[in-house]
Amino acid sequence: MAPTDNPHEPFGIDYAPAPESTAVVNIAKTYGHFINGDFVEPSSGATFPTVNPATETHLANIADGSAEDVDRAVAAARAAFEGPWGQMPGSERGKYLFRIARQLQERSREFAVLETMDGGKPIKESRDLDLPLSAAWFFYYAGWADKLEYAFPNRSVAPHGVAGQIVPWNFPLMMAAWKLAPALAAGNTVVLKPAETTPLTALLLADVLQNIDLPPGVVNIVTGAGATGAAIVDHRGIDKLAFTGSTEVGKAIQRAASARRIPLTLELGGKAAHIVFEDSAIDQAVEGVVTGIYSNQGHVCCAGSRLLVEESIADSFVERLRRRISTLRLGDPLDKNTDVGAINSADQLQRITDMVATGVSEGADLFQPECDLPDKGYWFPPSVFTGVQQSHTVAREEIFGPVLTVQTFRTAEEAVEKANNTPYGLSAGIWTEKGSKILWMTEKLRAGVVWANTYNQFDPASPFGGYKESGFGREGGMHGLAPYLHERADLTGGGA
Amino acid sequence: MAEHMPVDKTFKLFIGGVFPRSESGRTFQVHSADGDLLANAAQASRKDLREAVRAARSAQAGWADRTAYNRGQVLYRVAEVMESRRAEFTSVLIDMGHSPGDATAEVDRSIDRWVWYAGWADKLHHVLGTVNPVVGPYFNFTFPEPTGVVVVAAPDDPPLLGLLSRIAPVVVSGNTAVVATGGPSTLAAVTLAEVLATSDVPGGVVNILTGEKGELLPWALGHMDVNSVDLTGAPDGLEDEAVAAAADNVKRIVRADPEGASPYMIGDFLEMKTVWHPIGR
Repeated sequence: MAPTDNPHEPFGIDYAPAPESTAVVNIAKTYGHFINGDFVEPSSGATFPTVNPATETHLANIADGSAEDVDRAVAAARAAFEGPWGQMPGSERGKYLFRIARQLQERSREFAVLETMDGGKPIKESRDLDLPLSAAWFFYYAGWADKLEYAFPNRSVAPHGVAGQIVPWNFPLMMAAWKLAPALAAGNTVVLKPAETTPLTALLLADVLQNIDLPPGVVNIVTGAGATGAAIVDHRGIDKLAFTGSTEVGKAIQRAASARRIPLTLELGGKAAHIVFEDSAIDQAVEGVVTGIYSNQGHVCCAGSRLLVEESIADSFVERLRRRISTLRLGDPLDKNTDVGAINSADQLQRITDMVATGVSEGADLFQPECDLPDKGYWFPPSVFTGVQQSHTVAREEIFGPVLTVQTFRTAEEAVEKANNTPYGLSAGIWTEKGSKILWMTEKLRAGVVWANTYNQFDPASPFGGYKESGFGREGGMHGLAPYLHERADLTGGGA
Repeated sequence: MAEHMPVDKTFKLFIGGVFPRSESGRTFQVHSADGDLLANAAQASRKDLREAVRAARSAQAGWADRTAYNRGQVLYRVAEVMESRRAEFTSVLIDMGHSPGDATAEVDRSIDRWVWYAGWADKLHHVLGTVNPVVGPYFNFTFPEPTGVVVVAAPDDPPLLGLLSRIAPVVVSGNTAVVATGGPSTLAAVTLAEVLATSDVPGGVVNILTGEKGELLPWALGHMDVNSVDLTGAPDGLEDEAVAAAADNVKRIVRADPEGASPYMIGDFLEMKTVWHPIGR
């Protein structure tokens, strides 16, 4: 068969549509809050819609949480902490977490389809990343519940009490799992707020929690937007706060929490450098850079949004990158062959569109492959800016979309200087076949996660979190337990 | 033989390894517990604080780049110099109202405390770092790194032990410190500065400001090139709004037991870095 010029059909054969069936998903018309083990009506009666961003179809009406709803949730969480959950031995607590992990595995297809419908991410990502990791997170922390004294030698630890947790829309279920699992393993109870554009998988998780007989009040889920989050942050009954989201909102939460002196962890924005040396495995590096910025439409706080490529290979690398991007398949997120799904919301699409317009007006060169955007829904093509100056807005500010900027460097020192020239410090990528250079770069880069010759890898055993304005505290691993425990007063540290 | 006329010490700031007066020209009186005037100490200003942060930032990368073994030795050397000046530290504490027995005990504990922390320099990674068994063919490990420049509000009580107990966990990992002191710990702080100046600690690693902590801290909390502020010794009147300004660059705010000692207290001033690399042929 003769090769063709169409990158999507290099041999003249198109991909047949391969949509995942939505029959497995049952979406209710309306969802209340999940408080004290039951779904309850919002006190105000107010709801807001959640839509499928790929089709703009209405999915469900969601309870809009008021301060009164948050108050009920906190009261339920307090009662559970002072009651069954607080009294329960760690070994028993752990078994509930194991049960959650198992049910997520058993119902993973249902969760994956719902995640993709509510958030727009490709089914291959929700199926192969979000769901397996969510289940793994519960399984990993389940095993810690009865081993806490081994995590902190010479320290006697206790849970804080009621944890308030606010999670974002980019990995809705997974971010909830990252927060819930360590909090519960440590013995806290929780009031969780999912993001307003992606509440459905958290609410389906509530169904799992009912099925496994988690004691009422241990996990409470209050839905809503910023005002609901603020009600959690400001509630006097909350003993610990954890937030994942934008740096702007994170700073506002730090301000609010500082007067109350309650423990806080923040996982905020990023502007990660993805550094490619001339002595790297080039084809693998191209794949890594593409994964780093275009997976989940770039809605990833640790996305490798700034490519720093060694000057000697810059032209050929960018050419390969353009060719590879031209083969990405954008479209129906439920199609198993889709690489790039829908932008999560109309608001986010507007932000990305504005940022890219700013990049063009400031003089950077924009490349977008030819690709047909569906008529309905929120879409943005994979984009690359070359000719980028450090002063350009697109090189400095987080875009949270499928937009890569390209800058060059001549020496490793220059790469480090450019990589660290940002208030953020969440992640970084390095591509080189020289081991000593990897380790040298690793020591110099001011970022909480460094991926060398790989990118965007996550695991419950692996601590994740930022330096500088990307936040503080870690999620994952033994380090992820620490924010949910405090040192008991009956034992003060060791030392001379 | 003529009687020796005592030569009184001028109490100055300690910034970048040298002893300037406050750029503001201000001083404040330090009295003994009995009410005797002991010194006109320099009263640090906002500009002095900025200068100290600049010195701390300049020194930070070099200090962090020292090997852990070397940092441990440099800090141990501080204890050696303190030991040689123990009479002076003891007399400072007696001036502050300690009994001779209490003064000796606090000096002993302070020196031992510093030695204890010095030994942590090359052991932190063992206790606070991890190798992580991830799914998939990756080698994955997590290790601690210093957070950067830390402003320390030194506790007033215990004056010497509290001061050392808050500085040591900051600098042992490779952070640099700007220490705000005042009140009863002023004399101990100035004496410590002289120890640091005659030890092997590079200039700028520990900077000591005397004066009103409550005046300096709002500027420290709002300073965009400060990574962390230890409020253990902050005065009660510090406004919530001043502490809220720490969010402007997401500072790490620490409050701890002024007398405590723990590797977890070192951990309060650390970042954890996780590295992934594929395993393959």
